[in-house]
Amino acid sequence: MIKVRNLVKAFGTRVVLRNISFDIEPGEFITLLGVNGAGKTTLMSIVATLSKPTAGKIFIGDMDTQQHAAYIRRYIGLVSHKTLLYDDLSGEQNLRFYARMYDVEHPVERIETVLRQVGLWGRQKDPVRTYSRGMQQRLAIARAILHNPPILLLDEPDTGLDQGAASMLGELLAAVGTAQRTVLMTTHNLERGLSLGNRVLMLSDGKIAVDMPREDVSIEALAHYYQQ
Amino acid sequence: MPQNLSSSITSDRVISEHPPQFAYLHKVLAIAGKDIAAELRTKEMMSAMFVFSLLVIFIFNFAFDLRTDNANTLAPGVLWVAIAFAGMLGLGRSFITERDRGSLEGLLLAPVDRSAIYFGKFLGNVLFISVVEVVILPLFIVFFNQPLGIIVPLVGVIVLGTIGFAGVGTLFSAMVIHTRARDVLLPIMLFPVVVPVLLSAVRLTAGILDNLPFEDVQNWLGLLVAFDLIFLAVSYMMFEYVVEE
Repeated sequence: MIKVRNLVKAFGTRVVLRNISFDIEPGEFITLLGVNGAGKTTLMSIVATLSKPTAGKIFIGDMDTQQHAAYIRRYIGLVSHKTLLYDDLSGEQNLRFYARMYDVEHPVERIETVLRQVGLWGRQKDPVRTYSRGMQQRLAIARAILHNPPILLLDEPDTGLDQGAASMLGELLAAVGTAQRTVLMTTHNLERGLSLGNRVLMLSDGKIAVDMPREDVSIEALAHYYQQ
Repeated sequence: MPQNLSSSITSDRVISEHPPQFAYLHKVLAIAGKDIAAELRTKEMMSAMFVFSLLVIFIFNFAFDLRTDNANTLAPGVLWVAIAFAGMLGLGRSFITERDRGSLEGLLLAPVDRSAIYFGKFLGNVLFISVVEVVILPLFIVFFNQPLGIIVPLVGVIVLGTIGFAGVGTLFSAMVIHTRARDVLLPIMLFPVVVPVLLSAVRLTAGILDNLPFEDVQNWLGLLVAFDLIFLAVSYMMFEYVVEE
């Protein structure tokens, strides 16, 4: 379980997250929505232990993320609009590096498994800079699931992808992301977000404006928040 | 594993429940190895460092009227100008490239104390600067007519000076990544702080070239070693706060 308690994040005098609290149950797929500047990426960044909150706490299981950050990162995978990959290295070299950073057992076999899962086996020796944007995002997914984390954070993973690539990515995420994992995903694509998630959170002006099961939410109602 | 996470995940565990022995060291070496592998593919940074340092040696060699009695006066400064400015080219890429290419977050997401990132980067920087030094040292000895007997003590001074320079430079390289004028800011911030390193290194180099007794230069050696130790310790403690947004 992920527990967010009274989370506040401010950059100087600008308050981005205002006293947010919510829980995520194991196995839930949360679609986190909101306009640009609502605080989605900031929230993701704090959950991923990339930054610290100004106030409040996040617990993963029963562990405070601020006190056990390095240990908790073993159980988190992040896919963002940035691939977090090294362009000059091959796909395999990238994954081998991350396998060492995450203490992956049997890295050779595991790398082959994830590359086949994302459909990049055969291109593993090529430098990442020769990959298309869609291929780079698939490799980013491979990187994120390499250590088989129970928590997957997806921060606008379809940014910069055309419709075809975005659809393929959505199918891939559904296949590898939702299986037995707790997922928190941000996206501007309401349809895709609602199709993948089983619960919707919407941030507005740093607060949670909507928190309800997917079946209780309509695209029209959510679109209203984007037009305000 | 933290409680209340999906128990079915544990049946497909691909990481060990507890970090293996020497995990910290493995990750430091992994980060350094990654930088080396990337540089071997592109050779961008090393090319610039080599060319710059060779230019310095050549230009100083021909610009001054280097009669034998002049050479030892100028040689220490020339050597450390070449090392310092070539090193600056490498340090500038250390974290700035990670930030610009969006890969820094990948490092920060790794399940390891932040200091491992610092030491991995530091080790890589030391290696890159050392490779340049291996090339320019023979040229330095030839152009400045130095005896081969100085090589061993000079290498010792170069190692200590490189550690101090790279130690501070790696930390400052991480500090400037969030600023706009970071390419300009890094040398402006770095050079005043490494004055003790450069001063000690130049004095020790001069002492070696002039064949001075150890007692005449031991204070400079003490200063250099102390600086290295202090700044490595400070960097270890400060790095986590420096890289945070």
